[in-house]
This record gives sequence, structure tokens and C-alpha cells, in this order.
Amino acid sequence: MKQLEKTDVKNYWEGFNGGDWQEEINVRDFIQQNLHQYDGDESFLAGPTDATTALNDQVLDLKKQEREAGGVLDADTNVVATVTSHGPGYLNKDLETIVGLQTDKPLKRAFMPYGGIRMAEDALEAYGYKPDPEMHKIFTEYRKTHNQGVFDAYTPDMRRARHYKVVTGLPDAYARGRIIADFPRIAIYGIDRLMKEKAKDYDLIGDGEMTDNVIRLREQVNEQYAALKDIKKMAASYGYDISKPAENAQEAIQWIYFGYLAAVKTQNGAAMSVGRIDTTIDAFIQRDMDRGILTEAQAQEFIDHFVMKLRMVRFIRTTEYNSLFSGDPIWATLSMCGIGMDGRHHVTRTAFRFLKTLDNMGAAPEPNITLLWSNRLPEGFKRYATEVSIKSSTIQYENDELMRNQWGSDYYGIACCVSAQPIADGVQFFGARANLAKCLLYAINGGKDEVRDGQVGPAFAPITSEYIDYDEFMNKFDKQMEWLADVYVNSLNAIHYMHDKYYYEAAQFALKDTRLDYTFATGISGFSHAVDSIAAIKYGHVKAIRNEQGIAVDFVADNDYPRYGNNDDRADDIAKWLIKTFYGKMNKHHLYHDAKLSTSVLTITSNVVYGKNTGTTPNGRQAGEPFSPGANPAYGAEKNGALASLLSTAKIPYKYATDGISNTFGITPNTLGHDDEDRKDALVNMIDGYMENNGMHLNINVFNRETLIDAQKHPEEYPTLTVRVSGYCVYFADLTKEQQDDVISRTFFQTM
Amino acid sequence: MLAVQAETSLSTQPVTGYVHSIETFGAVDGPGTRFVAFLQGCRMRCEFCHNPDTWNTGVGTEVTPDELLAQAVKYKAFWGKKGGITVSGGESLLQIDFILELFKKAKAQGINTCLDTCGQPFSYKEPFFSKFKELMQYTDVSLVDIKHIDPYEHKRLTGWTNENILSMIQYMSDNGHHMWIRHVLVPERTDYDDYLAQLGAYIKTIKTVDKVEVLPYHTMGVSKYDELGFNYPLEGIEPPIAERVANAERLLDTSAYTGYKN
Repeated sequence: MKQLEKTDVKNYWEGFNGGDWQEEINVRDFIQQNLHQYDGDESFLAGPTDATTALNDQVLDLKKQEREAGGVLDADTNVVATVTSHGPGYLNKDLETIVGLQTDKPLKRAFMPYGGIRMAEDALEAYGYKPDPEMHKIFTEYRKTHNQGVFDAYTPDMRRARHYKVVTGLPDAYARGRIIADFPRIAIYGIDRLMKEKAKDYDLIGDGEMTDNVIRLREQVNEQYAALKDIKKMAASYGYDISKPAENAQEAIQWIYFGYLAAVKTQNGAAMSVGRIDTTIDAFIQRDMDRGILTEAQAQEFIDHFVMKLRMVRFIRTTEYNSLFSGDPIWATLSMCGIGMDGRHHVTRTAFRFLKTLDNMGAAPEPNITLLWSNRLPEGFKRYATEVSIKSSTIQYENDELMRNQWGSDYYGIACCVSAQPIADGVQFFGARANLAKCLLYAINGGKDEVRDGQVGPAFAPITSEYIDYDEFMNKFDKQMEWLADVYVNSLNAIHYMHDKYYYEAAQFALKDTRLDYTFATGISGFSHAVDSIAAIKYGHVKAIRNEQGIAVDFVADNDYPRYGNNDDRADDIAKWLIKTFYGKMNKHHLYHDAKLSTSVLTITSNVVYGKNTGTTPNGRQAGEPFSPGANPAYGAEKNGALASLLSTAKIPYKYATDGISNTFGITPNTLGHDDEDRKDALVNMIDGYMENNGMHLNINVFNRETLIDAQKHPEEYPTLTVRVSGYCVYFADLTKEQQDDVISRTFFQTM
Repeated sequence: MLAVQAETSLSTQPVTGYVHSIETFGAVDGPGTRFVAFLQGCRMRCEFCHNPDTWNTGVGTEVTPDELLAQAVKYKAFWGKKGGITVSGGESLLQIDFILELFKKAKAQGINTCLDTCGQPFSYKEPFFSKFKELMQYTDVSLVDIKHIDPYEHKRLTGWTNENILSMIQYMSDNGHHMWIRHVLVPERTDYDDYLAQLGAYIKTIKTVDKVEVLPYHTMGVSKYDELGFNYPLEGIEPPIAERVANAERLLDTSAYTGYKN
């Protein structure tokens, strides 16, 4: 490693170790050269400053007002959100060390019509705001939206699959999100250098032969260039010149935040990840400390104020959307730690500082803190992380060993709730999920929907015998899955084509490499119910009970049968088979942008809505009952305790489900141990053990069911009680009653 | 006669155990995170017992030591540095042949072993004593419950005297076998300062105590009594308040026993 001496930007980079990162845009190399590993414990951390406490009280008060106002405090109706659409906004200019709001006022929601004008208007109306007719005219007569584009292309079959909710949550009327920009680029290089590099890239796209791909990319890079200019302009309105690299830690965090702000000013994606910024910020903090110009209290204050801003990001959503993804989540997912390709762990003091924000400002769902876990992480950090988990249930853990090996990179982040994405050169197209439990019922009912009248899947002959024959069922299920894979993947092809065309994420793509690897994300819901239903039909001798129309509406299993979630290979092998089979069927199809297929078993809170729209399944789950979340076993199916349940989930092969396999785990404090030290140890052992068995993701909730029941009755006493649900974290009070009931009824492992 | 006995012991028929249930993630049953097998059968009838469903002998799931060990090893990755397997009950020592085989095999694989017992079957009589002596060679630590320090009160509470239990503890102390002592704090039964002080003084005389735990009585077992059609003996007795738990911890001087941290 050479110490930086003479470069043309010497003043900005002085004090950093040099490397390839100076010659080219390469944040990973910057981190490699400037990583300050920390192996100690949390004792160095600083509490909140007076300014932090005052600002945080203000935010909590605004949040209270927002809840009292029915969910939205204020909303734009006639300003179309762009990077530069709003003048500067502040909480308290004198106290804030990190500034910038999405609009001109805290918690005021922006008007974002590019995804779809009707969705934007419905969202306003849901909260009693009157959409501006002028906007309506513009976005119907003069400017087409993403939503309009998609519906212009959808086939009748796709509309039907969507209408009957065998595919749900498709990003066809809002932004797809899930694109992680490489925000540290702004801090390390400044906007001007990034613009220069984009201009260079632009000149190298194509040889003059204007193929579709060349045209698309040239147009996109032009938009990226313009977006960079806008980000600079937006920062200038706050009084900062971000054309040059950050000079100190405060600027570095501020520069990164301006990048993030540009993303959330322009895109209302389901997930708006922050990416992986901890080690870069740490390098800037360390440099300032070495120079003697920064104290720990100040460093913590910057981090606290930055996190406070992430907690304030808002989008206005329709009622329907909220029932899918409750509690105003934006998945400002912040991924930290992990192990580098060279074997060094990436735990820095700044990872501790981010965790400390939960202590300094209380628990909150955002940012969605995700620890890239390996049993090789230092003990002091592991124990602090689990301590925070036990106190606040706000952390999710993901298997760094598994992801690093799969993606071949140590500079990746979590794109949404659970999905990994290389930050510099990877992109994921978000694709919601297909309902395999419903598809299974279509196999029994000849493609007819069991909830609402209608032929949805192909009209193969239904199963008519009293007892369901396993071979006959599997044959029909195969055909229905074939159809579902087709209609689902092709709906997504239309969506991503139109999203690129009408709602391109210029500000985020501007902060990534120009040449990218694309992943085509898909997902499965109703997974455990489909698996257990197949097991029931195979081993349980299942009788179907049909209504007058001949639709199977109830099932009785004569014999007991193995269920997923008990570390029983008979059921778990069905789980593996199901994911591989559905993946294979989807993979037959053309995928937009020649992307690589991935799938997921994660559901967020949508398991409730999916369940609501799905009839009784052969495993005994009643019509309308929620699905279990993500890859969790069906409620009540787990008979062999916590670890047996985890080991079943761990068997799902990540290679096929690179989009994520989510497990949400609830456990009572007393089950973890009799005192705090024992509890931390037990939790560390649990996470280590799960990851060693190739488990991919773990949400950990530590509390008693009684606490939740009390919080449901007296929400005012638990304003910051947070729970982890599949892939994210949410204020319990912000969930719908149904979702609260669902969380309460989930398995909480306890011993007596 | 002797030949017949030898024939029997050389039989290929493995000794089997009767298991009531398994806890794959036991965080409160010995050091670290553990695989816990609750064996079926107990002769004591403790009034506060929260597992009356484990009392009957000869029922439950029959397993061989190899089968149980194979099941346990699946969870090895979760044990961390300190964890391993615990055999609990019921009263584990009622199936001493089974545990001896199990622990021998476990130690051969370097697995940490923990015996959770109330000591009631303990006796210096043969053949039990030789087996117990051998079992101790394969046991890393024992969790020993002292239900009551007073012999009379012990009998009232459990149906059995505590004399042989205390001699087991003495034997373990004299022979360097490490133990955690646990005491269930039950209002109106064990929660009296005199008895607690007496117990505290007794524990001080034992040389191999690594940890002393006060376990507050809880009512989570009540529903099992209803299911089994039994009367609940402690009807109306509430769990002890935090102050009484702290008081018991002080009288037993729990913080003085730190050997478990090593």
C-alpha cells in the first residue's frame, strides 16, 4: 500500500492509503486500502448529544402527529417530485449536522406520478387530499406513465392472473426499487469526477451500429449524467458544493446522504436501500480522528443525525399497497460487516456506531439494519449485536459466507429486505411473487379459482375422485405450475421493459458502473402450505370436500403426515423439489435484459393478504388464514422445537433462491437464558449454528407474546415497540389489526 | 448363574431409553446451548412439578443411545464453545444404564455431557452405585436440584426424604465431580429465610459447586394437570415477586459461585 503523496486532488485524499481506487471508480479498493478493523467491545461508544436528543424528540413528536392525523401529516398535490423540485427543508437548521429532506417540510410526502397517475391519485385520496386535475391531464394526455405502458402490453391472461391474485404485488404501478446505488462514490470522488467517468463511458457505448441495446444504454447514460448534475444542484441549495470529494467525515456522510436523498426524491420503490456505507464512513471518521479534529461524541452525532434522516423518509401509498406492506416501510436497508475476500472481517467502530443509534434514539424500523454474518466476525461485535437484538428486535442477520461465495464479491449489499446485490456492478429487477398454494388448488380444481368464480389457469380436467391420488395430482400440478411460471415471468418482462422506458432510475444508476449484471428476481408465496399440502396428499390420504360447483373447499387427511419445519427429510425434500422445479420452469423463458433468474421465499407482511385470497389448502390451513411468512414453516406445524424448524429452512438451496430465503424467528427472553450474558451467548450460538448449516436469513424477535397482546390493547404505551417481520422491521402499532394478530399467533419458541 | 449373567450383558440387544421429549435449543439446561433429552419417569411427586406428564415410567419414545446421539449431533453447529447434550427428566437416573451408554459414546466424540437430576434414585447399594460411579467419569457437569433442605419438609413437598440426595451431593463433592445446584423458590413452601439460610450454609460445605441458581416457581405447568385430570396441589400460589427472588439469591450467595464461567 502506498501512502498518497502527489495527485491532482491531493488535498482531498491526503491521509488515505492509495491504490487502484485513485485511477478508476472503485469503492471496494478504497475500502480494501483503508479498512480499520475493530475487535473490541462497545465500551468506546458515546451517548446522544443534546442536539440529538432535541431533534429526536422533534421527530418522535412528528411521528405521533402523523399517526394521529391518520398516517399522513402533509402531502404535495401539484409538485411533481424530481431531484430539484423542492427547496431546502429542515428540522432545525441550527442543530442538524446532516441536512436534507425529501420535500420542503419534514414528513411531507411527495407527489410521484411516474409509476402511475391513478396510483398517485388514489394514494392522495386515501388520506383525504385532493389530486390536482392539471396533474391528471398532464400524466394522461401528455406524459405516459410506467403503469400505462405495462397495461398497454399485458395480455388478457396476465390481467386475469393478477386479478385473481395468483400473482400479486407486481411493481406495475409504483417503482420497482431494489437498486442499490454505490453512494460512497460521491464522498470519495465528488460529483465532477463521476460525471467525467460517465462521459467517458458514454463515448464507448456502441460502434455506431444503433441496435436496441445501444440506443437504450446511450439514452440512459445521458439521463444519468443529467441526474448527477441535478444532485449537485440540489446539494448546492443546502449550501454544499459536492462537485469535489468530501473533506471530512461530516461531509462524507452528508455527500452520501445527498445521493440517497436524490434516490428517494425521485423513486418510490418498495425498497430503497442505503447499501453498504459503514466502512467508507469509518475511514473518513478515522482520518479525522487521526488529525485530531473529531471526537467520538461528534462522530456518533453525525451517525445519529444521518440515521434520523433515514427514519424520516416517507412515500404516500394506496390502501391496497399498505395492506401488502404495512407500516410505511421503505427498506432503507443498511448492510454492514461481513468478511472480505482476503479473510479480514469488516467490523469497524462505525458498525458499532450504527447499532448505537438504536440506543441513542430508541428503537425504530428504519434503517433496516442487516448484519452480514459469519462466525468469523469478532466476538465483541457479535455479542453487542445480539444485545441490541434482545433489547430492540430490530436487526436481521444474513449469511455472509453463503452470499459472498454465491455472488463472488465482498462488496455487495442487501437490496431490499433480504436479497443480495453486488453494489458496483449488479442490479436486481424486483418481481414480487407468485402464489404456489393457490396454484396447487388450481391443479385440484382444473384451473378454476377457489375464492372467486372464474377460469384462471388452463382448463385441464379437475380431480374428481373423493380421495386425491398423488400421481394424478402431481401431473396436474406440474401443468399449472408451467402455466403460472409463464404468465408470471412474462408479466415481469413487460414491467421491466416499461420501467426502464418510463420510470428509469437515473439518479441511482448514475452511481453505479455503466456496464451491469442483471438479476431477474421472482418470488414464491404460500411456500410452506404448498409443501405441507403435497406431503399431505403423498402421505396423509387426503379426501377433498367439494361445493356445488365441484370446487374443493375443504380437505381431510386420514393419516398423519410429515410437515416442513421438523427437520424431517420426507417433507423437506418436497420443499427442495418445489423450489427447484418452479425455478426450472421460470428459467425456460426469455428474461428481460438477458438477466439471470433468481427466486425468493420471502413475503414481507404480504403473507396476510395472500392468505386472505387463497382457499383452504390440503394441509388444513383454512380459507383466508394468513400464510406463514417467507420460508417459515406453517404455524403449528413445528413439533420439534426451534432448531429443527431452522434446519428445515436451511435446507432450501440458496443457489436457486438467490433472491433470499427469509426466516422470522420469535423467542421469549427466558428461553434464551436466565441472565443477559447467557442470552447473548445463546443468540450468538443460534445465529452461528444456523449460518453454519447454510441458513440464509434470520429475523430475530425477542419478547413475550403477552407484550404484544398488551401493545395491541394499549398502543400508546408502546410507541416504539418494533417487531421484525419477513425481511423488515416495523412499529407494531403501525400494523393493521389483522397483521398484529398474525404476528401474535406466530410461533414463539419457549421452554418451561 | 454367572454364565447366564455374562451372556445377558454381552447380548447385542442395545440398552434403550424412554424419552418424553426433546428440546433442540436448550439455553437454560447447563453450560451454553444444548440438546436436551427429557427422559420419561419420575418417582418424586413435587407439588410444584411443571412436567407431571413425565412421571410415568415405561412409556414414551423408545430409543437407543446411538439413535439419540445421532439426533443430537445434527445440532452440533448450534452448541458454541460450551454447549453439548443434557439428559433431564423426569428423573434421569432412573434410566442410568441408558445414560451411561449415551455419555460414553458422547465423550468418545468429545461432546460435553450434562446430567440433570434430583438425585432421588441415588443409593450406595449395588448395582446402582458402581454404575453411578462410572457415569460420573463420563459426566462433565451435573445439575442437581435440592427441593428442600429440611428432610421433613422435603418429604412433605416431594413424597421422599432428601437424605440420599444429600449423600449423592457429598459423594460428588468428595470425588471432584462438578455441579450446578438449583433450587425452586416456591412461596409458602421453600421461600422462608430460615430454610434458605440453612440451604445456603449447606451449599458452602460442598467443594465442587460451579453455580447456584434460584428458579422462581411458575404456573406454566397448570394446564398439564388439567389435561391429565390431576388436582393442582399449589392452587392459588402465585410465582414469587422479584424482591423475594433477589432475597433468596442473597441468602444462597449465588454470586459467589462463578466456576461455570471458566
